[in-house]
Amino acid sequence: MSNLRWKVITIVTVFVIFFAVGVYPLVAQRYGIHSPSWLMDKALKLGLDLKGGVHLVLRVQTEDALRLVTDQEMERLREALKSKSVPFTRIEATDAVHFKVEGIAPAQDAAFRQIASEVQTNFDRSAGTNGTYTFTMRPNIQVNLRDEAVVQARQTIERRVNELGVTEPSIAQQGTGGDEILVQLPGVTDVERAKEIIRSTGLLELKIVERVAPTKEELLVNGQVPDGMDIVPGVGSAGDASTMFYLVKKAAVVSGQDLRNARPSVDENNRPAVSFTLSSDGGRRFGKASGENIGRQLAIILDGRVQSAPVLESRITTEGRISGSFTPEEVQNLSLILRSGALPATMSYLEERTIGPTLGADSIRSGVIASLVGLLLVVSFMLVYYRLSGVNAVVALIFNLIILLGLMAYIGAVMTLPGIAGFVLTMGIGVDSNVLIFERIKEELEAQRGVRASINAGFARVFWTLVDTHVAALISCAFLFQFGTGPIRGFAVTLFIGLLSNLFTSIFVSKTLYEVALANRHQVATLSI
Amino acid sequence: MHIFKNANYDFLRWRWHAIAASWVIILVGVVTIATKGIPKGVEFAGGTVVIEQFDQPVSVQQVRQALDRNYPGGGQNTVVQSYGDASARQMMIRVPQVGVELGGALSNEAQQVEDALRKANLGNFKRQGAEIVGATVGRELTSRGIWAVVLSLVGILLYLAFRFQFSFGVGAVVATIHDLLITLAFLAFFRYDMSLNVIAAILTMTGFSTNDTIVIFDRIRENLRGMRRDSMNQIINVSVNQTLGRTVITSGTALLTALALFFFGGEVLHGFAFTMVVGIITGTYSSVFIAAAIVSFWRGTGPTRAAAHAPAAAPATAPQQPTRRSKPQRKARAS
Repeated sequence: MSNLRWKVITIVTVFVIFFAVGVYPLVAQRYGIHSPSWLMDKALKLGLDLKGGVHLVLRVQTEDALRLVTDQEMERLREALKSKSVPFTRIEATDAVHFKVEGIAPAQDAAFRQIASEVQTNFDRSAGTNGTYTFTMRPNIQVNLRDEAVVQARQTIERRVNELGVTEPSIAQQGTGGDEILVQLPGVTDVERAKEIIRSTGLLELKIVERVAPTKEELLVNGQVPDGMDIVPGVGSAGDASTMFYLVKKAAVVSGQDLRNARPSVDENNRPAVSFTLSSDGGRRFGKASGENIGRQLAIILDGRVQSAPVLESRITTEGRISGSFTPEEVQNLSLILRSGALPATMSYLEERTIGPTLGADSIRSGVIASLVGLLLVVSFMLVYYRLSGVNAVVALIFNLIILLGLMAYIGAVMTLPGIAGFVLTMGIGVDSNVLIFERIKEELEAQRGVRASINAGFARVFWTLVDTHVAALISCAFLFQFGTGPIRGFAVTLFIGLLSNLFTSIFVSKTLYEVALANRHQVATLSI
Repeated sequence: MHIFKNANYDFLRWRWHAIAASWVIILVGVVTIATKGIPKGVEFAGGTVVIEQFDQPVSVQQVRQALDRNYPGGGQNTVVQSYGDASARQMMIRVPQVGVELGGALSNEAQQVEDALRKANLGNFKRQGAEIVGATVGRELTSRGIWAVVLSLVGILLYLAFRFQFSFGVGAVVATIHDLLITLAFLAFFRYDMSLNVIAAILTMTGFSTNDTIVIFDRIRENLRGMRRDSMNQIINVSVNQTLGRTVITSGTALLTALALFFFGGEVLHGFAFTMVVGIITGTYSSVFIAAAIVSFWRGTGPTRAAAHAPAAAPATAPQQPTRRSKPQRKARAS
């Protein structure tokens, strides 16, 4: 008897815990009952397809990050060769991970090799004919840089999304190449703004201007861009729509990394502008460069385009301002992007999904209605066909769904539309387990065994059948989770938990219910089944 | 209450008819897929889908005309459907292209569709949802889906080979592949878009079919111990009959829930529910006719191995034989 008492206590405890975690917060939320936050924080959350919002998949162009490092290292070698007076005819990047040096005189070969070895630690060097050397980025460095670029991009996006003030965003890496980033923004309706802010590279560079011309060709020296210089397009000085070209020093005085803050403001003509503050180190470098270049133009370059090129009138240290033809909203977005830091690489959108809030609500309504109709049909059938034993099955079924809700809330799983489908399937499997058991008990009763013996034999014989069917389903679930994306994973999680809780309810809870029902009857002749 | 009182159908007698029928459906399915293809949803094919809510009622015809006239390249290959209940005045428009994947122009097509609708003066409308998928995404999804199916089948084969016998594992896996092919055939006949939800349903249904098969196998395993003198075919028939009540009830209740999803689950769950309905029916059928038949082919029709290899044990179980022999289905089988 005491054995049975402990079983009942276990079941009631489990029920209370899962009800408190899984069901109570939903009810309290719906009817506005005030409850302690530790209970409400765990409330089951709705997925994007039910709540509405934006779902974006971006791919990080990791080549960009490699190209950046290749350019930097190439420039370092150029500077080193110049300072050590080793002549060469040409140095250029051939693609994202290669650059080559041409025209090293045979007499300077040893000196070049020594300088190159000192400067280039991340590149493999191979010698060609006529004093040509090709540098290739080491494969492990390439892998590291790609990984870093994706992680950094994810972190930058996280910062930007947080500044947007989205509640409970989800940002995760995915894809076989590991270079995709999934961004989910529940409740966001202004898709275009969100996309623009997320994708902007936000690369800010301040560079000293050498010359300005209306065409690119006028800036070339002997048909080439001068060494250590770059040509950047940008706005005309008149502030009109015409495009001007700026010959600037390749090395930036300061860049976005030196930025400490950026905020919307207005310029001297009361036009929207962005004011920024540099870090103390950036401020020192900026002060030095601006002091040396008074009277010259300073190009403020954002994402490879000159936004403005004011003349330096005095030494500037930590405070600056970007003005141009901005709208107030652009200024807001630009400050946000600058504050959150530059992206290490450009990104492209692979996928975009928006679910309006009404569409999500419609989906919930039909999903819930369908589940309830299904539940009702199954419950009625079980009650009619199995009579009192049907009550047992229905109790086990409801128990199962409550455990499922509770566990999902506890592990922080999200309720999605395929998740609702997982609920329905769990219901089906739960019913199946009870049907298996009941049919077996019926068989045993027909073989003229006593009621108690039949029940025991029914449960005992079906036990391994249930284990086999559940393990097989769990195997499928595991692969579904491993290879599935988004919604499919939600489905796999729901089903996985449902299978586990079903083993508990159909084997343990149902049997105990029978024992409780028969506990006070000494001579049991019939069973309502 | 009993659905089947003392069922004693000779299921294995019908196995050749069943296999022939399955082959016909599968072959017609393969021909349909080869000639017309399986319609792919945007998740797999790439493309742009927008769902617009109109202030005034509009017909599919009006929207289509608007696209024919104003959408760049005309309305070729576009799909226009009313979405959800007619009173909701929602239209789903699908165009195969997406904007340039590189850069931010992914949603250009969605804009162009809306521009075309605006030009046609169909009244105000509001975008309720959009799904824009680049062409590269689908390839990865397909390969992932196939891997998930193949690996879970291998997993089930190994588990059943370990828990039962190798032939049982083969039977279950062949039955599951059979169900997959039949379901794909029906999806092709009824032109349902292959979407992530449909894939979820296919995987659910394979789980369901294996579940059914295992229950019957489990009974065969149990009867193999008790009916050592009987042929494998007799044991299989008895086992299928003994579990028939359970098979029909379980499949019936599952079918009820799937039908509830189909009729009340809304637009998004339509493909899912349809796949489930087909899957449950074919899964039940294949457990009885395909999985068991494979075990029968594999193991031959002679006495079971237990009987052949354990003559000494046979007398010991003899006293049990009369009670078991009195079961009606055994008599029917002998006659």
